[in-house]
Amino acid sequence: MKSKIYQKVSSALFAMLLITNYSCTDELTERNQQFSPLNPTNIDDLAGTWKPFLLTSPDEFSLEAPIATNTAAYTRELNEIKSYQANLTPELKQIIKYWSAGGVLRWNEIMRSLVAKHNRPPYQNPDGTYPAPSPSNPFANPEFPFSNPPYAARAYAYVSAAQYDAMIATWHYKKLYNRAAPFTVDPSLTVLVPKSTMPSYPSEDAVLAGVTVELLKLLFPTEIAFVQQKAEEQKLYRIISGANVRSDIDAGIILGRKIAAKFIAKAATDGAGAAIGNPTIWTQLQTQTAATGEIPWLSLDLPARPPMLPLFGKVKSFLMTPETIVANRPPPPPSTQSALFAKELAEVRSYSKNTSRANMAIVTFWADGVGTYTPPGHWNAIACEAFVTENYSEVRWARNLALLNIALMDAAISCWDAKYTYFNPRPSQVDPSIKTATGTPNFPSYVSGHSTFSGAASVVLSYLIPTKAEQYKTMAKQASDSRLFGCIHYRSDCEKGLELGEKVGGLAVARARTDGAE
Amino acid sequence: MASAIKQTILHILLIYFNPPNQKMLFTAVTNNSKQHSLKTYNIHKPKPFLMKILYLSCLLLAPLFINAQTEIDAIMMSKNNFCFGVIYQNSSWNKYWEGSFKRENLNLGTVTTASIAINANYGLSDKLNLIVSLPYVETAATAGTMAGQKGLQDLSFTVKFMPIEKTIGISTYSLYAIGSFSAPVSNYSADYLPLSLGLGSKTATIRLMADYQRGSFFTTLSAAYTKRANIQIDRNAYYTTEMHYTNEVDMPDVIAVNARIGYRTKRLIAEAILDNAVTQSGGFDITTNNMPFPSNTMNALKAGINTKYTLKTVPALSVVGGYNVVIEGRNIGQSTTFYGGLFYVLTFKKKVKNEK
Repeated sequence: MKSKIYQKVSSALFAMLLITNYSCTDELTERNQQFSPLNPTNIDDLAGTWKPFLLTSPDEFSLEAPIATNTAAYTRELNEIKSYQANLTPELKQIIKYWSAGGVLRWNEIMRSLVAKHNRPPYQNPDGTYPAPSPSNPFANPEFPFSNPPYAARAYAYVSAAQYDAMIATWHYKKLYNRAAPFTVDPSLTVLVPKSTMPSYPSEDAVLAGVTVELLKLLFPTEIAFVQQKAEEQKLYRIISGANVRSDIDAGIILGRKIAAKFIAKAATDGAGAAIGNPTIWTQLQTQTAATGEIPWLSLDLPARPPMLPLFGKVKSFLMTPETIVANRPPPPPSTQSALFAKELAEVRSYSKNTSRANMAIVTFWADGVGTYTPPGHWNAIACEAFVTENYSEVRWARNLALLNIALMDAAISCWDAKYTYFNPRPSQVDPSIKTATGTPNFPSYVSGHSTFSGAASVVLSYLIPTKAEQYKTMAKQASDSRLFGCIHYRSDCEKGLELGEKVGGLAVARARTDGAE
Repeated sequence: MASAIKQTILHILLIYFNPPNQKMLFTAVTNNSKQHSLKTYNIHKPKPFLMKILYLSCLLLAPLFINAQTEIDAIMMSKNNFCFGVIYQNSSWNKYWEGSFKRENLNLGTVTTASIAINANYGLSDKLNLIVSLPYVETAATAGTMAGQKGLQDLSFTVKFMPIEKTIGISTYSLYAIGSFSAPVSNYSADYLPLSLGLGSKTATIRLMADYQRGSFFTTLSAAYTKRANIQIDRNAYYTTEMHYTNEVDMPDVIAVNARIGYRTKRLIAEAILDNAVTQSGGFDITTNNMPFPSNTMNALKAGINTKYTLKTVPALSVVGGYNVVIEGRNIGQSTTFYGGLFYVLTFKKKVKNEK
């Protein structure tokens, strides 16, 4: 009897053990881990002549000549590569696998994660006011930045544009100094990534690390340690893989930093720092809208939160003048007193009462709200997953992402201009019975930011990859619709937003036709 | 030897089949219904010995987090008895823990999760019970613009096994092994916390439970491990403590411990419970002013009471009710929960075997 009991207990325990063991982690397969090493079909060897955004010429910043490859000093640099390769650890192999997919791509991913991490509105003070993040004291509560969609759009744009200008300078100096790659100098060298026929001085990866680290210090000052660690990995990856010697790397960092300084100077004076406005401006927006007989926007957050970046429409763009912004400004929304407005409100109400599961999935897929990489980040992810199949060179990667991100920043500027020109209320403000399927953003309704971003991105991406144009158009329409399905926008917000985005995207396309890359 | 192997296999199968589902509930919502505790005892076998305390088993079922109301009890249905019932549960909170920071959210006000669950328990033998539960859940927030949700949540299937029961004088010792399996039965969105209907994960739970009864007083102790399968959400990228480019979310497992003490006769059961559920590795905290995410760590220490009363005039019918509160938590609402329900016992075969 006793042994039978013992048997039963032990078999039950054994079964538990089995289950517990079996239950360890369920590994996820993530798309960005599947990317293959960058192996350009076209090395774009003339990219040193392409048109930069801010540099006056590709050699605006000097770069000293490299040491010759027949010197003892160079041989010692080759020995550094070999010494790493003699002891390749799994960690080093992982670093190579990660970075070899492309520096522009990986830095874009890193930025998206920083945006997602910092995309959180400040928590209120005990008295119901809100503290504002401060770049001069970034570690205070709330941490700087709050990477909301306009902040993120601008951040992506600066980094992409700076990387693009830096790649043009890099290609210029590669041709100028024409220093052979280490594996050409020493054919016995093992190379762990696809070989490029471009000269190796300076290293494009090091230039990318140099320029990006400096900009991220400005944009995400609390993340410097993390960003530096990524940059160190990227530099190491080039040496271990046999693609660059140490002096290629060192020169690249120096060049990248110099170019970053020019973009940082522009950022200091583009008006973004003042975009938050002040209590006088916030009140004024309300009173001036009320004076026209329209219902002014009110924050639906509790406690009421100041409107998000009301002066972002005044930020200096890369491609637009203030006149362009006004010229592209959408016509006024339907008056809040009009029958058309009532009809559009009724449409939102009907979506609120009948939310289908399919629509809810669309709303969630495109929501890109708090704690995400924002709609500009979403379009960057979409773009990158398409670009990896195009086998671009680093310089073309940088150029195409710069076109996309400058269009997205211009979309943010133009959209915010419209939002704070019209200061239109959200559906739930006018009719509190309207419940939403996603968070209600804390800024005016007209026009929809998602629609503007998506219109701009789809026009640029359709130009760059014409075979996918239909796909991008459908995606943009769905992203736009998602805001109506989610009951946080009226139909005209979405439609006019898409149109505005398409116009803005057209500016980037016009530039793409003349930048020398085609 | 062969029979030992057979037994082992049987046990393993049981464990695979069953399980509890735990729900989620950042929101602390709980719907407990899943685990109902059908603590009916066999009305045909009045002997205390037979009544056996299968209690535990039901209790075990209770989802870990959830409010353990009646769920995990040490009462078994007798062979060929079938018990079914309905439980209504209401759970609400207006404060929650964002990581370890306790706060309110004026944009949510009070979040309520109400559920109605149907439960059934069948005695395959005096030592082996099969239990099924299915809740319909409705969520709502009193403030802010976010819409509540409603729909069927997760179906749970549990096998409760009592391998050991020994009576010495007026004391009875019993041991239970309980296995549960749960899976969503509707395509609800898990990525809509705190107003989602559930966490959307298939779960498997095993629980070991021990019960000691002396006269009319008893105490029950159990521990459970819940394995949660990955879930799929409507987004194809999301941030936890890093970016993930997939629509699949790795759900952390949960360990829960449940203790009960109380009075138990065939007419009345009244017990106090303490339940502590702890999310295992892989969970993470909600960051400041962020939304909760299904794979957040969601820990809860709960205290409560459960009662069950069997009508004298209609011995097949019993009434259950209970109340519990979250005393301490992490990334869940500080919910207050009450529930009530009715159970009815049917006997399919007249012949009642005597205990061997």
